[in-house]
Amino acid sequence: MRYLPLSDADRSEMLGVIGASSIDELFRDVPEALRLTGPIAGLPLHASEMAVERHMTALSRKNMVAGDVPFFLGCGAYKHHIPASVDHIIQRGEFLTSYTPYQPEIAQGTLQMMFEFQSQVARLFGCEVANASMYDGSTAMWEAISMAHRITRKNKTIISSGVHPHYVRVAETMAKFTEDALATALPELTAATDAERLIAGIDGETSAVVVQYPDILGRIADLTPIAEAAHAAGALLIAVVTEPVALGLIKSPGEMGADIVVGEGQSIGVGLQFGGPYVGLFACREKHVRQMPGRLAGETVDAEGKRGFVLTLSTREQHIRREKATSNICTSSVLCALAFTAHLTLLGERGLRQLAELNHVRACEAADRLAAIPGVRLVNDSFFNEFTLDLPVEARPAVHAMVGKGVLGGVSLGRLYPGVDKLRNGLVIAVTETVTDDDIAALEAALKEVVQ
Amino acid sequence: MTVNPSGWRPTTPANEQGEAQTVTGNRALMLEEPLIFEIGTTEQTGVDFDPPRNGEGDHAQHGGGGVVPGSDPPPSALRAATSPSRGGARLAGLERSRPIGLPGLSEPEMVRHYTRLSRQNYAIDLGLFPLGSCTMKHNPRLNEKVARLPGFADVHPLQPQETVQGALQVVNELAFWLLDLTGMYGVAMSPKAGAHGELCGLLCIRAALEARGDKRAVVLVPESAHGTNPATAAFAGYRVENIPANAAGRVDLAALKDRLGPDVAAVMITNPNTCGLFEPEMKAISDAVHAAGAFVYCDGANFNAIVGKVRPGDLGIDAMHINLHKTFSTPHGGGGPGSGPVVLSEALAPYGPLPFVAKYSDGSYKIVEEEQAADEHPGAFGRMVAFHGQMGMFTRALAYILSHGADGLKQVAEDSVLNANYILRSLEDVLDAPFGKSGPCMHEAIFSDKGFAGGLSTIDLAKALIDEGFHPMTMYFPLVVHGAMLVEPTETESKASLDQFILAVRAIAERARAGDQDLKAAPVHAPRRRLDETLAARKPVLAYRDPAPAEAAE
Repeated sequence: MRYLPLSDADRSEMLGVIGASSIDELFRDVPEALRLTGPIAGLPLHASEMAVERHMTALSRKNMVAGDVPFFLGCGAYKHHIPASVDHIIQRGEFLTSYTPYQPEIAQGTLQMMFEFQSQVARLFGCEVANASMYDGSTAMWEAISMAHRITRKNKTIISSGVHPHYVRVAETMAKFTEDALATALPELTAATDAERLIAGIDGETSAVVVQYPDILGRIADLTPIAEAAHAAGALLIAVVTEPVALGLIKSPGEMGADIVVGEGQSIGVGLQFGGPYVGLFACREKHVRQMPGRLAGETVDAEGKRGFVLTLSTREQHIRREKATSNICTSSVLCALAFTAHLTLLGERGLRQLAELNHVRACEAADRLAAIPGVRLVNDSFFNEFTLDLPVEARPAVHAMVGKGVLGGVSLGRLYPGVDKLRNGLVIAVTETVTDDDIAALEAALKEVVQ
Repeated sequence: MTVNPSGWRPTTPANEQGEAQTVTGNRALMLEEPLIFEIGTTEQTGVDFDPPRNGEGDHAQHGGGGVVPGSDPPPSALRAATSPSRGGARLAGLERSRPIGLPGLSEPEMVRHYTRLSRQNYAIDLGLFPLGSCTMKHNPRLNEKVARLPGFADVHPLQPQETVQGALQVVNELAFWLLDLTGMYGVAMSPKAGAHGELCGLLCIRAALEARGDKRAVVLVPESAHGTNPATAAFAGYRVENIPANAAGRVDLAALKDRLGPDVAAVMITNPNTCGLFEPEMKAISDAVHAAGAFVYCDGANFNAIVGKVRPGDLGIDAMHINLHKTFSTPHGGGGPGSGPVVLSEALAPYGPLPFVAKYSDGSYKIVEEEQAADEHPGAFGRMVAFHGQMGMFTRALAYILSHGADGLKQVAEDSVLNANYILRSLEDVLDAPFGKSGPCMHEAIFSDKGFAGGLSTIDLAKALIDEGFHPMTMYFPLVVHGAMLVEPTETESKASLDQFILAVRAIAERARAGDQDLKAAPVHAPRRRLDETLAARKPVLAYRDPAPAEAAE
C-alpha cells in the first residue's frame, strides 16, 4: 500500500518492543465480538493510483464544465478567472499540510497570511476588524445574527427578502433551536428593494436587520437609511456580501453604517467546486470584537522583540471557554482564505477596480441585449454583475431547455424558491469577466428560442 | 544509533550571543518577509485584463484558437463604459469614492511573498506532526489532482442536475462507503467541519425527541471531551453536565447509569477517547443510554484508530461525525477547510438535514432539497449550509477510500495503533504515562509532565521539540491529565521517523527531569522565539494600520 511506510519486518520488530505478540493484542479493549475479522465487506481492496484516477476522471466527465460552455450562473457562487499562481501557492506543502497555528514559532507563514487576510477583508468591507474566516457565507450570516443577539441582548432579527434563500433557510434552521425570532419575506420582481419595509419593521425589540448587498436579484440599494433606522432603535445592521468583487466598484457596507459585514469569499481566488469548500468572511467594529466568533490572528513580539503573529482572544473560543464560547466553530477555511488573500494581493486595488469594472460593463451589455428580446423584462434598474430577467415563460424549464443548446443560462428563481408562483418566471443572470461576446450571443439566441 | 543518516550529530544549541548578526535580518535560507501592506502599492497589479473582444472565449480557445496577447485596458475607457450614459447609473449612485487601501504585487513579488511565508511553517510534508486528536497524516497528491479535474472544480452548485450527475455520483459513492465503514443507516453529507457535524448530530437528536413530544434539557459530556462538544450542546439549547471518568481514563459506567434519567437528551462520547483509549463498555453505555430514552452521540475525531476494524454502528451509536480532514486525509490547510459528514442510526436518519443526494432506480442522481422534502424526507430538521457541502473534500476523501480499499483501511487503523504503542512503550520510562499500566493505547499515546523538575512544564518540552525539527504534540489537552502531552503519530510515519522522534523526546525529557533551565529559552532555531501571547490579547492588533505620515517619512 503506497501510503503506508511500515514493512512487515518493521511491524514485527515494533511489536517486540511493545511486548505484544500480535496486532490484535493492541485492540484488546475492543470486545472481540465487535472486531471485524477481515477486511470490511463491500468495499473493494486497495487500488492503484492509475485505477483510482481513471474512476474519478470518468465521474468528472459526466459533468458539464462551466468553462466549456457559455456560462451565466451566480446566486452566491461566481465564476472568475483565477490566476495560475494562486493555485500554486495553496499547493505549497507548507500551507497545504500544516495545521491550525497553535505553535506560533513554526507557523508564522499561516499566521502572517491570516493577519494580512483579516486586514484585506476589513478594508474591503469598510470595517475595523475581520476574523480569519468562517465555513462559508451562509454560516457566517447565522453567526452574525447570533453575535448581534449577544451584543444587543435582543432576539428579533429582520431579514431582507433580498437575502439568498439558502442563507435564510440556514438561519431559520438555527433559530428554531435558539431563542431568535426571524422576520423573513419573499422577494418581489421589482426594481426597488424592500428597504422601506425593513425600516418600517424596526422596533425596540429588534436586534438586527440583515440586508444582502448586492441582493439575490442583483439589486443594489443604499444601506445608509437602514443603518440609521436600526441604530436609532438600538439595533445593528448586518450586511451580507456574496459577490465581494462588487466592492471594487461600489461603496462598502461599512462606509454606509453596517455594524457587522459577512460574506462569501469564493469569488476571489476559490473555484466553483460545486458549492464547497468556500470561505466565509466576517468583519465588524473593533468594540464588538470580543463577541466575534472564529479565529483571530494578532500582532505581537517574540522574546527578542521581533514582530510576530499569534492566535489571540481565544478566550472567546470553544477550546478555552467550552459551553460558554461565542461559537462552536473550530476548523475554519484557512486554505481558501489563503487563495482569497493571494488573489486579492495579485489584483491589488487597481486590479480589483479593473476587474469590477470589466464585470459591470459586460453585465450592462448583456442586460441590454437580453432585455431587448420580446417579452423579456429586465427587473433591475441597479446591478453590479448580476441581474434578474422576468421571462414570459416559466424560467426553470427554460434553463433546462437551454442546457440542450449547450448554454448554462442562469439560475431560475423556481430552483431557489420552488412553488412560489410570483417568482417562477424569474431568471438570474450573472455576467463576469469570463463571459465573451460570443457567450452573450449564444445566451441571447438560446433565450430567444426558449421564450417563444 | 545514528540520529540522522546525513551524518549530523547533536550538539547543544548555539549560544545566541555567539550568533553572527546579518544586515538584513535574514539567515541564509531563513528569510524575513514584510507584510503585503509594507511592500505593495495600490497601483501595482499582477493581473492583466483583456479588453472585451469578439469571438475570444475560454472555450473558444480550448477549440484551438490562438491566444491574443492581452493589453491593459486603459482605466479611463472602462470608466467611460460605466459612465452614466452607459451604465454607471445602474450602480444606484453608490460608486466607490474613497480608496480601499488594498496593496497589489506583481506576480513574481506575490509568488515570492507567499513562498517565503510558507517556509516559516512546519508541515506534514516536512516531518512528523504528532498532534493528538488531529490525525496529521500524509495528504496523497492524487487526491489534490482529482479535486482539480475541471468536471469537479469548475462546476456550479446550482447547475441543472442533469449537468452534474458525476458530481452527485461522487457524493453518493462517498456516502455509501462511509455507511459501509461505519455500519450506520444514513449520512448527512453537508456539514462543513467536525464541530458543524456535531451540531448536525445534536439537532437530529433534538428533532427526534421533539417529534415524540419529549423535551429534554441535559446533554452529558465527559470532561476529557473536545471543547467543541460542550459548545455545540450549549448552542443546541442543552445544559451541559459532566460524565465522571474512572481511574483507568474511561467513562464510569455506574456513575453514568446513576445520572441517566428522563431529563437527559444525549450523551456525547469520544471513542476512542481523547486519552487515546477505547471505551470497552461502549455497547453497555449505549444500551443504558437507549434504555433511558436518550441518544448516543459519538465524536468521530478519533475514527482513524478503528476504521475498517470496528463499525460504530455495532457499538450502538446514534450519530457520529467523521472528520474527512482527519481519517480520510483531506488536507488541514493551516486550519481548514474541513468536512464533517454525520452518520446516523435508523432512529435519527429521518431527521437529517437537507439537502442530500439520492440515487434512483434508473441510475440517476438527484439532490433532495426543500422542494421534495415533504415527499421524500419530511422529518428533516432544516438546512445547515448554502449549497450541498464540501465537494472539494468529497472528491479527495473518495479517492483516499478507493486507494486504500478495505484491506488498506484496516491496515491504516492497525499501523496507526502500532505506531502509537511503539511511542508509548519507548517513552514511558522517561515520561509519565498515566494510563500506560492499564494496557495498550489506541492511535495516540498520552503522557504527563509529572517528574519534570525546576518549574519546567509540558510547554518547555514542546518548544524544545521545535528546535529538534518536530512539531510538538497536543499540549495540555485533555484537561483530565496534568500537563498532558497527547502524541498521535499516524500510520504514515516510518519506523525511522518514529525512532528519531523518540530519541529527541527522550533527550529533552531527561533534561526536563534534571531541571535544565535552558529549556525555558526554547525554541532558539525557529523563525521566531516564544511569542508574547499576553500582549497580543491585552492590546489586540488585528489588522494592519498605515503608519502615521511622520513615521512613514522616517
